[in-house]
Amino acid sequence: MKPAPFAYAKARSVAHAIELLAQDDARLLAGGQSLIATLNMRLSHPALLVDINGIDGLDRITAKNGHLELGALVRYAQAERSAELARRAPLIALALPHIGHPAIRNRGTIGGSLAFADPAAELPACVVALGGELDISGPQGQRTVSADDFFQGLFETALAPRDVLTAIRVPAADADIRVGFAEFARRHGDYAMVGLAACARAEGRRLGGLRLAFFGVGPTPVRARHAEQALAEDDVEAAVRALAQDLDPPADVHASPAVKTHLAGVLLRRVALQLSQPS
Amino acid sequence: MSERFHDITVSVNGEEVRESVDARTTLVDFLRETAGLTGSHVGCEHGVCGACSVRVDGAVVRGCLMLAVQCHGTRVDTIEGVADSGEIADLQQAFVARNALQCGFCTPGMLLSAQELLAAGGVPSREAIRVHLSGNYCRCTGYQAIVDAVEAVAKARAGAAR
Repeated sequence: MKPAPFAYAKARSVAHAIELLAQDDARLLAGGQSLIATLNMRLSHPALLVDINGIDGLDRITAKNGHLELGALVRYAQAERSAELARRAPLIALALPHIGHPAIRNRGTIGGSLAFADPAAELPACVVALGGELDISGPQGQRTVSADDFFQGLFETALAPRDVLTAIRVPAADADIRVGFAEFARRHGDYAMVGLAACARAEGRRLGGLRLAFFGVGPTPVRARHAEQALAEDDVEAAVRALAQDLDPPADVHASPAVKTHLAGVLLRRVALQLSQPS
Repeated sequence: MSERFHDITVSVNGEEVRESVDARTTLVDFLRETAGLTGSHVGCEHGVCGACSVRVDGAVVRGCLMLAVQCHGTRVDTIEGVADSGEIADLQQAFVARNALQCGFCTPGMLLSAQELLAAGGVPSREAIRVHLSGNYCRCTGYQAIVDAVEAVAKARAGAAR
């Protein structure tokens, strides 16, 4: 199908984008790899698209103050090529090849994935697992929101209609940081049926500050807090059993809740193995 | 300016094209219907099939997931352009030699995606070739010969580069 008619404006700056978003039914256009598909299918029909591609300074990958900062317009392919990202955010580097296909990664953006907040998407779970934070600019100025508070419901985030996500920050990895990532998809590049992103600090046999963020099992990335406690003490099987308490996946077109919970356990064993080794 | 219609200038296969476009026109529809280049195919129109693959400023993208208006000031290369320039002559020859297609609808996208992988250099593993082409899978399952063709060209180019 073809999109319903809309007006288009190219924002010159973040402030200009916020100004343009004052119009009713205006939507931000970043990489467009989800938005334009929904326009083509007429699942959405905005009055105005505000194109933020090309706004200066939003496409940078910068290390600062023990963090790695990714501008919202950093494209997946650009992130994949970044040695800085591979070194300081190895979890994101592990996840990137699973996102869509090369042609999608050439265009899709980090900020777009987070703002869209698809429950089966890889990056939201990674940012939750890393305890990252997101910078948002809006009509009232700038604010920073933690990843835990950012994802609020199905395709629902802390972003208000006139807000622009400008950057994300994750703590930079050091030699003691362990990460793990695994997902099940029917075909490489498809959205995951179930996926898991994990990050921890190695403390002898223990894993300190372990965060397990599952995706594809609920409306937002889901922290498996009981499993985290068990796995922190190196008890993988207890962690797998604890998933029954942590996860309550809805049935979808791919699988029943029981199958999804089973797959989550399989992924947890794989990720536990990754976490037991230096990344 | 928040308007529906915009004047754009795009370099299509090295030739300057100036048009007024409706904002809702996708890049692939612009190429097919305005520029008359029908080698880029329209399949699923939601980014899954890869038949509409084209290059924008050197990167292969989905022609159905980018708007023509966004291409103002860019260079767009289509299958017609890379075929005419000879850039993928060896790849085309390998596809013909191995009959690396069934209906051929996916072929223009397959060629552009394969060329992007090959242009990165080296000889990718068959697994890497499959992963790279995963965004162009359609439904015929005739991929064995496509992987053979891409692998053969990678080896030939690596040999020639030595």
